[in-house]
Amino acid sequence: MTPERPPAERVVVTSPRTGAPRPRRPYPASREITEQSQLGALYMRSLIRTQRTLGLLVVGLVAGGLAALPLVFTFAPSVSRFQVLGIGLPWVLLGVVVFPVFVLAGWFYVRQAERSERQFAELVERS
Amino acid sequence: MNNTYGVVAVLVVALGTMLVGAYGLRISRTTSDFYVASRTVSPWWNASAIGGEYLSAASFVGIAGLIFAHGPDMLWFPVGYTAGYLVLLALVAAPLRRSGAYTLPDFAEARFSSPAVRRVASGIAIAIAWLYLLPQFKGAGLTLHTVTGAPDWLGGLIVALVVTVNVISGGMRSITFVQAFQYWLKLTAIAVPVVFLLLAWQAHGGQRLNAPEYPVFRQETTVDFDTTTVVHADSDVAFAGRGLVDGQRIEGDGLTLTAGDHTISAGSSFVFPAGATVPHLESLPHTTNANWALPMSEGGEFPLYAVYSLILATFLGTMGLPHVIVRFYTNPNGRAARRTTLIVLGLLGIFYLMPPLYGVLGRLYTPELLLTGDTDAVVLVLPSRMIEGLGGQLLGALVAGGAFAAFLSTSSGLMVSLAGVLSQDVLKMRGVRGFRISAGLAALVPLAMTLLVSGIPVADMVGLAFAVAASSLCPLLLLGIWSTRITTVGAVAGMLAGGLPALAAGIVTISARTSDQWFHVFLSRPAAWTVPLGFVVMYAVSLMTPGKVPPNVNRVMVRLHAPENLGLETNEEPSMSELRRRGET
Repeated sequence: MTPERPPAERVVVTSPRTGAPRPRRPYPASREITEQSQLGALYMRSLIRTQRTLGLLVVGLVAGGLAALPLVFTFAPSVSRFQVLGIGLPWVLLGVVVFPVFVLAGWFYVRQAERSERQFAELVERS
Repeated sequence: MNNTYGVVAVLVVALGTMLVGAYGLRISRTTSDFYVASRTVSPWWNASAIGGEYLSAASFVGIAGLIFAHGPDMLWFPVGYTAGYLVLLALVAAPLRRSGAYTLPDFAEARFSSPAVRRVASGIAIAIAWLYLLPQFKGAGLTLHTVTGAPDWLGGLIVALVVTVNVISGGMRSITFVQAFQYWLKLTAIAVPVVFLLLAWQAHGGQRLNAPEYPVFRQETTVDFDTTTVVHADSDVAFAGRGLVDGQRIEGDGLTLTAGDHTISAGSSFVFPAGATVPHLESLPHTTNANWALPMSEGGEFPLYAVYSLILATFLGTMGLPHVIVRFYTNPNGRAARRTTLIVLGLLGIFYLMPPLYGVLGRLYTPELLLTGDTDAVVLVLPSRMIEGLGGQLLGALVAGGAFAAFLSTSSGLMVSLAGVLSQDVLKMRGVRGFRISAGLAALVPLAMTLLVSGIPVADMVGLAFAVAASSLCPLLLLGIWSTRITTVGAVAGMLAGGLPALAAGIVTISARTSDQWFHVFLSRPAAWTVPLGFVVMYAVSLMTPGKVPPNVNRVMVRLHAPENLGLETNEEPSMSELRRRGET
């Protein structure tokens, strides 16, 4: 008995033809933004919201972590007596560790902010 | 301390600054060069310049002095000064550059299109700049006094003169060179001695600071009192010499300072033997070394309030400092502004590793500064104290030169921005001539103020300038950049509601003696109540006056936030890619 062959079907190719030039929109997005149309305002609002969330997130995490320290030192004095390599923990944290943390947080922020600007630029220039 | 090398170092720094400035003068020809270095400064140059300008008297001598006297709670100063740039980077840098603002009043006008907002912003910016120049001049006076014994006002006068001449002749272009050069000079001047000091400390046995005892004199120490001083002795102290204690003239050997408070009159000179417990200024905390090394152990009223107020002021105040803002304009675009700020974070972090070491070593080697109250001098005195002979004197001279560089660079930056605001908003004189006249005026006022101010540590005075900036211009920047709802009325109300109380508190702290009152901390560290006040009033009043939203707010928002390379017409000037595109079509 031969295996039943599946009936021939028509296949619909739905993937976009990425290589082909797409018809240009009569109104490029950059013009929507320049002319303050509702669509342009929408583009801008989403960019601003992304950047604001990112900025507040980075600042909130770093500043929030730091701002917890005085409370810890006050209400758990044993923590501030803890020694690292013979130096008190508060000195190590506030005198040394914070600075590379700032640079790392800043580096992360710059990377993410430039990425979202790039995405925004692609969105605007593609359309 | 041998004077000659120190004097030479100070002179070399002052002359070097003027020479580099003169070199800049030959290339700065146009008004645009004068104001913004024609916007051709690369991120590394610009970051060095920001670092050079930002590391002021407070950073170079003040932080070490405060840590020396008060312990690790004062580490929040360097942490906050650096964190301020993280906040600036994440929430302000790129939009501020894209706004095309040169000064804060420019930003206020660009964002709100309102002369009223601009006027209030310039008034506050001028007040902050003067409040910030004051400790620089004070610090210069202190340095020159420590190095040469010259009267206190002379150092301030010299700094004011050098900076005014430099700013008047060179403008911003030369200032960028000078500032970048100053950062590396300052880093060298504070980092090189630290290496030798740590080696010397190891060689002396690496004594630690965890003993439950008060600081003691390591060697026989002569202490001269320039001003009448109230001191506190934790135990009976033997001493010799002559002078006036508690109104009684005493002279000779084998004298005893009994435990308790005493008033020592100006002109007294005493010799304390090695091993004696150091009496200290009555207003400084009465802590043993072990307690000093722990955070939040100083006592005092509302310690948590004081720390959080300091955190708020420094984290949020940096963005509102007039001389910081100007630097962002010299970046070619918003992206470069971000990268510059990131480099600044690194440069500041490296520098701020050093001052705490001076503070700690000072506890061991220069405890007599606790007695005279000249705690800000600890950085200057340590090298020649710890290292004998020529080496110590040369290192001392290096530190003195670095300290002078700190006063010169910060004052230059403040003066440039202050002169910019004064010439545009107060004198209404455009062009190079107005800028020069304003620079002269900018120096005179704080110079006169130094004569009126009593002895507050320089870092505390700088803290007040930060508090005013954080409660007035910071809300303007943050809410202005990230919210479309802020109205002109709200902006003015918020700046005044936050800025005026902070300014008043600062003036009271500087000019009146309130340190023994329970409310002192609320005046000397006002940020924790004035910052929320500024933000809340600005937002609430804006919500109540929805009709006063600037009509072009959406257009301005595009300009602040859209990347330059899109070539949107609202961006202030065409980017390179836009120019190229236009050329092709």
